[in-house]
Amino acid sequence: MRAVLITVLALAGLAALVGDAVAPHDPAAQNLVLGAVGPSADHWLGTDELGRDVLSRLLAGAGSALFWPVLVAVGTTLLSTALGLYAGYRGGWVDSLMMRVADLAIAMPGMLVLIVLVGVIGGGYGWAVLAMAVLFTPGDIRVVRSLTLAQRQMAYAEAAYTLGLRPSRIMFRHLLPNLAPTVVASALLSFVAALVSLAGLSFLGIGLPAGTPDWGLMIEENRGLLDLNPLASIAPAALITVVASAATLLGDRLFETMSEGGAR
Amino acid sequence: MAILAFLGRRLLAAVLLLGVLSVLTFGLLAASPGGPEQVLLGGRPSTPETRAAIRAEYHLDDPFPVRYARWLGDVLSGDFGTSIAYREPVVNIIAERLPITAGLAAYAVVITVVVGVPLGLIAAIRRGGTLDQGITATSLIALAIPSFALSILLLYGFAVALGWFPVFGVGETPMERIVHLTLPAVALASAQTAIVVRQMRAAALDLDQQDFMTFAKARGLARPTVWIAYALRNAALPVLTVGGLILAANLTGALFVEQAFGLHGLGSLLVGAVGQKDIPIVQMLVLLSGAIVVVVNLLIDLAYLAVDPRVRYGAMEAA
Repeated sequence: MRAVLITVLALAGLAALVGDAVAPHDPAAQNLVLGAVGPSADHWLGTDELGRDVLSRLLAGAGSALFWPVLVAVGTTLLSTALGLYAGYRGGWVDSLMMRVADLAIAMPGMLVLIVLVGVIGGGYGWAVLAMAVLFTPGDIRVVRSLTLAQRQMAYAEAAYTLGLRPSRIMFRHLLPNLAPTVVASALLSFVAALVSLAGLSFLGIGLPAGTPDWGLMIEENRGLLDLNPLASIAPAALITVVASAATLLGDRLFETMSEGGAR
Repeated sequence: MAILAFLGRRLLAAVLLLGVLSVLTFGLLAASPGGPEQVLLGGRPSTPETRAAIRAEYHLDDPFPVRYARWLGDVLSGDFGTSIAYREPVVNIIAERLPITAGLAAYAVVITVVVGVPLGLIAAIRRGGTLDQGITATSLIALAIPSFALSILLLYGFAVALGWFPVFGVGETPMERIVHLTLPAVALASAQTAIVVRQMRAAALDLDQQDFMTFAKARGLARPTVWIAYALRNAALPVLTVGGLILAANLTGALFVEQAFGLHGLGSLLVGAVGQKDIPIVQMLVLLSGAIVVVVNLLIDLAYLAVDPRVRYGAMEAA
């Protein structure tokens, strides 16, 4: 099962890297005479209203569909791991402040905030990515912090403390490796959340100019073609679903590994 | 007395939160590109005269706190201004659209409770079995699927390919409306249901370790009695806790679902208003959803107090 999930994600990653190069057609080339038609030998997933090849547009969009969420996941994970370790290990006012902020951020409908911010103030994907990292970090801080609290009680951590090691060394060399599966799992979940949110923004027509080959935008633009070429909007919807599901299931498995390891 | 103090603090926090939200909301107008004049002009020609008229009409030359105070006074007395795109009072537009969104949300909540609670219990009873694994994996996937992707898949599968449900519109009679809103409600409910299933399962598994459950089983009570009369009642508490999460999922989901199904509710109104920079509408909808979040979280706290004596005691200790 794990092998299947990793294969799915690796394939998506491959598409993101070489998608542009292997696309059978120019993703922007229009063929107004042809219009929207179903799958054929020339166009495996058919064409959209302007006669553009759906498969090529999906491949061309894979890069940006996956790159930005990876960026959000990496940023969120680095920030939340450092802050969560610090809050969990040191405690004190920094800890209580961070937990208050986390409570507030978790209660907020984040997507609504993103839509209003990016939609009204503008600034496109760059802004959206930054806002997302800020919105996702507090939740992850909480996860890392609670695990740090648990690990701090363990004999090895006490031993490291008794030896008089520097706190930063204890945090990053002793505690962090034991948190690794959870950190990776929550990075995967941040990736999913960012993938879904960014696709959602472009589905609503926010953050991207029309005509960009983007999975979320394709769902919206081809929504009216469900009778002519349903694949034009179903294929991007299915792709987002498959990638998001695979990353979520993989992340869940990692969380399970962690809790089993703790119980042993 | 202690409970009153606890409630008082919660209310104060809620008012404070709404206050901060209102400042940010008001700031939207100033922060929008081109400045407030450009937004308020809308499609009208931008000449020095019209700009001056707008500045005078909206008192744009006053300092920010003065403008904010004036705006807040209007809002508190129920005047949310005039929509720039529709040239109509914002309150009227929202009142017109509210029934669709409210109906959709209520329908989704019914599905969530009716499907989520039993599935979570079943998964817990059959722990580790095929049924449990199936339910657990399905709920994970339901959490991962974005509601707009699910909407499109449902729309194609059940409305276009099978023809069981209508593709567009909301229907005239109440019966028709239920049929029309079924697919959108399912799309909206799926993520919420998954949250409830997972929470219910975890709560029931936790309960299974409790002595009173062991005792009830040892007394030879029938399995349904044990699970429904003993477990369900206690498991309701943790499920209540995720009420806030579910609400957030509901508010956000409605945006996408309404857009995907072409429903003219508050969600599609917000998306349109954001696109057209119709700030007064955006402001009222943001304030409205903020108020809903705050009020529902307050109600959840109250429900907790009412349902669980332990929480009541804890609140008094803390106060």
